[in-house]
Amino acid sequence: MSLPAFAALLERLVFTPGRNAKLALLRGWFAGQPDPDRGIGLAALTGELALRTAKPALVRELVATRTDPALFRLSYDYVGDLAETVALIWPARAGVNAPPPGLAEVVAALETTPKADLPALLAGWLDALDATGRLALIKLVTGGLRVGVSARLAKTALADWAGQDVAAVEELWHGQRPPYLALFAWAEGRGPRPAQQDLPVFRPLMLAHPLEAPDLAEIGPSTHRAEWKWDGIRVQLSAMPGGRALFSRGAEDISAGFPEILAAMDFHAVLDGELLVMRDGAVAPFADLQQRLNRKVVTARMQATHPVGVRLYDMLFDGAEDLRALPFDARRARLEAWFARTRPARMDLSELIPFASVAALEAIRAGAREAAIEGLMLKRADSDYAAGRQRGKWWKWKRAPLGIDAVLMYAQRGHGKRSSFYSDFTFGLWRADGQGGEELVPVGKAYSGYTDQELLWIDRWVRNNTTSRFGPVREVEKTLVIEVIFDAAQRSGRHKSGVALRFPRIARLRTDKPAAEADRLATVEALIDGEAAED
Amino acid sequence: MPHPETWMRVTPQGLYCAPGDFFIDPARPVARAIVTHGHSDHARPDHGAVLASAETLAIMRTRMGEGRAGREQQALRPGEAVTQNSVGIRLVPAGHVLGSCQVVLDWQGSRIVVSGDYKRRADPTCAPFEPVVCDVFVTEATFALPVFRHPPAEAEITRLLDSLRLFPDRAHLVGVYALGKAQRLIALLRQAGWDRPIYLHGALLALCELYEGLGVRLGPLAPVPSPAKRGGGGLLAGEIVLAPPSAEATAWVRRLAEPVVCAASGWMRVRQRAKARGVELPLIVSDHADWDELLETVAAVQAPEVWVTHGRDDALVHALGLRGVRGRALHLLGRGEEEEDAAPLPAEAAPAAETAG
Repeated sequence: MSLPAFAALLERLVFTPGRNAKLALLRGWFAGQPDPDRGIGLAALTGELALRTAKPALVRELVATRTDPALFRLSYDYVGDLAETVALIWPARAGVNAPPPGLAEVVAALETTPKADLPALLAGWLDALDATGRLALIKLVTGGLRVGVSARLAKTALADWAGQDVAAVEELWHGQRPPYLALFAWAEGRGPRPAQQDLPVFRPLMLAHPLEAPDLAEIGPSTHRAEWKWDGIRVQLSAMPGGRALFSRGAEDISAGFPEILAAMDFHAVLDGELLVMRDGAVAPFADLQQRLNRKVVTARMQATHPVGVRLYDMLFDGAEDLRALPFDARRARLEAWFARTRPARMDLSELIPFASVAALEAIRAGAREAAIEGLMLKRADSDYAAGRQRGKWWKWKRAPLGIDAVLMYAQRGHGKRSSFYSDFTFGLWRADGQGGEELVPVGKAYSGYTDQELLWIDRWVRNNTTSRFGPVREVEKTLVIEVIFDAAQRSGRHKSGVALRFPRIARLRTDKPAAEADRLATVEALIDGEAAED
Repeated sequence: MPHPETWMRVTPQGLYCAPGDFFIDPARPVARAIVTHGHSDHARPDHGAVLASAETLAIMRTRMGEGRAGREQQALRPGEAVTQNSVGIRLVPAGHVLGSCQVVLDWQGSRIVVSGDYKRRADPTCAPFEPVVCDVFVTEATFALPVFRHPPAEAEITRLLDSLRLFPDRAHLVGVYALGKAQRLIALLRQAGWDRPIYLHGALLALCELYEGLGVRLGPLAPVPSPAKRGGGGLLAGEIVLAPPSAEATAWVRRLAEPVVCAASGWMRVRQRAKARGVELPLIVSDHADWDELLETVAAVQAPEVWVTHGRDDALVHALGLRGVRGRALHLLGRGEEEEDAAPLPAEAAPAAETAG
């Protein structure tokens, strides 16, 4: 009965917004299901179930043999999703009393069934399942669960359930294959810790604290090293005799999306760096990198138009030697020596920025307006590579945010704990409407930055100043000015305004300011890329 | 035998029986009305004479106040017949909510059954639907798409109870309509062995009391308490709380312990509907016939012609055509409104809603 159980799990995960609630659902799955089904479910969630998948067209043809075309069309129009429409409309067949298939049975049969027999196999399963089970089956065989669970979250749940640290699960993960029998045996205390054989595993990253003005007293040229803070994504490159992997900051294995980096990892080392789109050595804006993120496969064309590289800044392992206990300066020397020796393709070193005093550093930070630079990193010269965010070792000192006074246009209810609050805000700026007047054009959405008190206030304001509703969204009177700060402005073809803001958040409510005095779109356009004046 | 179209027609007020000179479920005040059940899209205030089941009349008085539930009220028992200007009138249970009835009309050998809203599943809070053979069957089509096949309600209740075990530190807030769904859900929970008090939003209290008064046992019920201090929360962890749909969008909900937002409705069958409402645990429990039940019912009443009042008439009329039954969409205005997702209650109105019916 495990496919229905798995379907029930997916159904709950899809509707559950809260991380803790998702963890609880996953722990319940591990505790309640037998081997090998729980491991197969885990693999399906972490994207490691390599199934020979069926095309959605096959499912569509199958349902056409069982349903009236007009009724199917009306239903599909209403539901809007093919897999869900098929799952719901699939007619029960009188006399079918086969038990629903098991999860392991489905996976095994998909491996061995000849392609020509696949439709009949699928139809038989669909007949034996209820609507929830049918949807899970269709999602499974067409390859796309989309239940909002990252591999990292699934591993965290497994670690919680086993009473282990997630780092311990990460270290073991790469040596294990579905259905992870040895991993579950270890987690339940029934078996030994599975051996690792030189496989690439994620090592916990060292993280930085945001630097506040008083912290500057601790900084000095003799004790600290400065680097640019690059606006890409943090990655860990792990190349071991047993394999290679590229990990994101959140420990997701993102190797598949960046085959050219994997190909360049022709060495044995674990490195820390920033993944960037680079053209002729120049770093492209973050928006370019975004085109390459969250892709399972990447086309040759995409690799050519959006070439990626890694700017390295730390070294955790040189061959089998663990460098993490060494001070920063020593690791840096090892990194530079290794780089000079190895000369890996698609990689360079993040330069150290010499500085004579804190005042000089402040000037350097203020002068940095290049789009690819978020600010400065300040690292203690004598610090080890410490997992997590340890105060006083690494600092991030972002350049001062940019700010605008915008007008609140729409508000949307949040999820989970915020579901009774209007907490997501679309704001706009003025521009000429082409008919001699002014119009507001939306430029971004902010859902953070405010205090709890401010949220209560805005929520009430939204409810009292609603002009129309669209489902969970309310349009409001265009009278409330909010001060929005953001890290950068970029050109964007996807937004009506032609600009996109990086990490916008609400700094202040400007109830003192009339909406007509809010900023114009031109103000943001002047801030795009390097166009900004120094602040 | 006169064709039913000659003695029953659609008017702006609703279905009108000309020889009897009365309306069925009229949308505006009329002199003489027959009301199938108490939902606000069928039972309107301020008619002259109202004929309905005793339960429906009681529900109308509770919701509208004594003065507005019809100047003259006439209760008809199931099976009892009256004649109005030569039109025979009977009420037969429709299984939708307490008191809900089909209206069986006979005139000169021709029979029309106006079913109101109905369902075919067992419901501990009301009498079951009885098919009556007729010449024209007037049906709803709320869930008339083949994607709507309601699972057994008992299985949905099990999912709710499973969730309470999984999240004992959270309140479970179930969005339900005040008339029918709330009481059916309570009765189903009692059948499943849930004997703890069930907590009610103020907007549900009056009708639950009325059900009890009419002999439907609901077990221990309690109003949702107010927080100890303004803005306080954390109440009713591990308990079941029933509230009108969309109460989770109001400030009222902030008193509850990290609520799991559930909704009990046939619409929950479609993910996008549930997602758009921010529902965390959709429960597919409906008081309407699903697709299969609509078609079974039409077959059972053996009517050569079926009139569809509201809902997905396109799909139903098409499917009837495939079965050799003539289907006709009536396009009645204002139907399905109580049962559609109600607009969110404004936060400021929440305290008032606690006393309103």
